[in-house]
Amino acid sequence: MIAAPSGEVTLLDAVRIALAEEMERDGRVVLMGEDIGVYGGAFKASAGLLERFGPKRVIDTPVVEEAIVGAAIGASLRGLRPVVEMQFFDFASRAFDMITNFAAKHRYRTGLGVPIVVRGPSGGGVQAGPFHSQSPEGYFARTPGLAVVVPSTAQDARGLLKAAIRDDDPVLFLEHKLLYRRAKGTLPEGDGIVPIGKAAVRREGRDLTIVTWGAMVPLALDGAAELAREGVEAEVIDLRTLLPMDEGTVLESVRKTSKALVLHEESRTLGVGAEAAALLAEKAFEWLDAPVVRVTAPDTPVPFAPALEAAYLPGPATLLAAARKLAAY
Amino acid sequence: MTFSLEQQRSLYRHLLLTRLLEERMVSLYRQGKMTGGLYRCLGQEATAVGTAFALEEGDLLIPVIRDLGSVLVRGARPADVLRQLLAKGDGPSRGRDGFLHFCLPRRGLYSGIAMLGTAVPVLAGMVLADRFLGKRTVGMTYLGEGGTSTGAFHEGINFAGVQRLPVVVVLEYNHYSYSTPSEMQCAAATLADKAAGYGISSAIVDGNDVLSVVEAARRAVAHARAGNGPFLLECKTYRRKGHAEHDGQAYVDAGELAEWARRDPIALFEKQLDASGVMDAAARAAVRAEVDAELDAAVAEAEASPAPVPDPEFRGVRADEEDAVRRRRETFVGGLA
Ligand SMILES: Cc1ncc(C[n+]2csc(CCOP(=O)(O)OP(=O)(O)O)c2C)c(N)n1
Repeated sequence: MIAAPSGEVTLLDAVRIALAEEMERDGRVVLMGEDIGVYGGAFKASAGLLERFGPKRVIDTPVVEEAIVGAAIGASLRGLRPVVEMQFFDFASRAFDMITNFAAKHRYRTGLGVPIVVRGPSGGGVQAGPFHSQSPEGYFARTPGLAVVVPSTAQDARGLLKAAIRDDDPVLFLEHKLLYRRAKGTLPEGDGIVPIGKAAVRREGRDLTIVTWGAMVPLALDGAAELAREGVEAEVIDLRTLLPMDEGTVLESVRKTSKALVLHEESRTLGVGAEAAALLAEKAFEWLDAPVVRVTAPDTPVPFAPALEAAYLPGPATLLAAARKLAAY
Repeated sequence: MTFSLEQQRSLYRHLLLTRLLEERMVSLYRQGKMTGGLYRCLGQEATAVGTAFALEEGDLLIPVIRDLGSVLVRGARPADVLRQLLAKGDGPSRGRDGFLHFCLPRRGLYSGIAMLGTAVPVLAGMVLADRFLGKRTVGMTYLGEGGTSTGAFHEGINFAGVQRLPVVVVLEYNHYSYSTPSEMQCAAATLADKAAGYGISSAIVDGNDVLSVVEAARRAVAHARAGNGPFLLECKTYRRKGHAEHDGQAYVDAGELAEWARRDPIALFEKQLDASGVMDAAARAAVRAEVDAELDAAVAEAEASPAPVPDPEFRGVRADEEDAVRRRRETFVGGLA
């Protein structure tokens, strides 16, 4: 065992620590991806792992996302536990077939699980333009057979990634690149496993519930702090796993607050927030005192220019305006 | 093949324009004025300039990241390229996308996307349409070693092959794909070898020798225009900077870098111009002064350009019908308007 790191680590460190710990624990865990070995990954998520575990377990690949995921599926069917990196999660589009058709449907068709993890940076806010900023969770979170995980804290990044690697079915693990260095925390002793499918209540409140994930979690918490100064107590739920969604935690909260706001960075139409809103319409109708509100990015690509991206991403002003209206409803 | 004096001057001017514009970009980047990353083409200028030079009016071109020189040859204004990099509201993509991702259809210039290889099938479709319309257009695009590993490249060139489409794909063999050396990208000895598998033609040329590049590209373009199908033109060159400015290229051997610095394409062409007497040092200095002046004006123009103003109605995704606008407006106010 490697020594548990003491002191604060970033979400990016936590990803690397989880990879290293799982590789240490289980010799079947292998990594594949573009520039992950010698270079340590475009964001350095696997820095040092080639040196530590060797080229048999840290495999640099050509620019072949479909083959990376395909080979991961194959290797998993023969007993390995592959964790593959998409250099940017935007490029998982290349592996869409492998993920949604091969991996996701495999257990249902054949009884054999495909224990792979597809991980990588997602999300915007870093002025990287339309092809390096997307939040592609919605493309995948409606595919039966997948789990889709988006951590917002360093502890969760480690705990959920370890859970993903140990999972017997395919898990997509989206790391918000804006949080890589901004989200910091101390890691718990021991494994610190965070179960897939369980949301976290980040802040308790009685007046309204904000359901969110990823880089929107700190925004929601800041917003809730501001609302508290105005006498409105918002509860903040970090879904963490989008598929399967933790219905119980969401419903329990809304039963208490009677008002719900869904906040997400991906564009609006058929985003994961639509599923959360549908869940509330179906199962929380009796408790609701107001229509469910969605605060999301608009239905456009992620723009490049700072001013355009700032207007595109849900920000404090939009969130607070919507939350105040909801609270006053 | 011979080159007129005018052609050689034009080539020299475009090489220099590419190099010096990039230097301006680096300085804007270091001043924090640029949006996004900076992907350089230092040492590869002759490949992009020379290949685009072989195209004719009306031909089509889709560049990738290191092909600044090709868009300048096609007539993109340096000021507009800079507006794009500075994410200005009156830039070619009005701040919506970056770098070489813009279209100037009247100059036959179309935009790729970041996903490597995507331009190949799209370009195949463009020349398919032109052939359908009775035009003898040739399409040219570029890919590095990494790009040729993708499925999109394979499918696109395979399709172009069976359709005998006039597509020239310039394969920029610059030794690295991000940090990945070429031998880790593909087991084939050369990228040009791939042509055999598609039943199409190919050639390999010294990508740092601009006159050789133009000659080889002219042959490739003529081959495609004559209806002989696609052509892979592999240009051997070298990426002398990291993948982008953030990449200190620790994985590169210093000796290798020095070796390729000695094979600088502009210095090489200058030597040739000296030997042939086409342009002496004084004539070249005059071109440099002209380019510098043009770039001073371009930087000033781009810097003075306004930042984009967000559209509260988020238009422009489709030919906007009222309904889409209304939905986006609702988004902005959180749905309880
Ligand atoms: C499908 C896809 N996967 C990954 C990337 C990330 N990426 C951008 S450029 C690059 C390397 C490209 O290398 P190469 O094609 O050889 O061109 P070069 O940079 O050497 O000019 C990578 C991996 C991408 N743009 N598209």
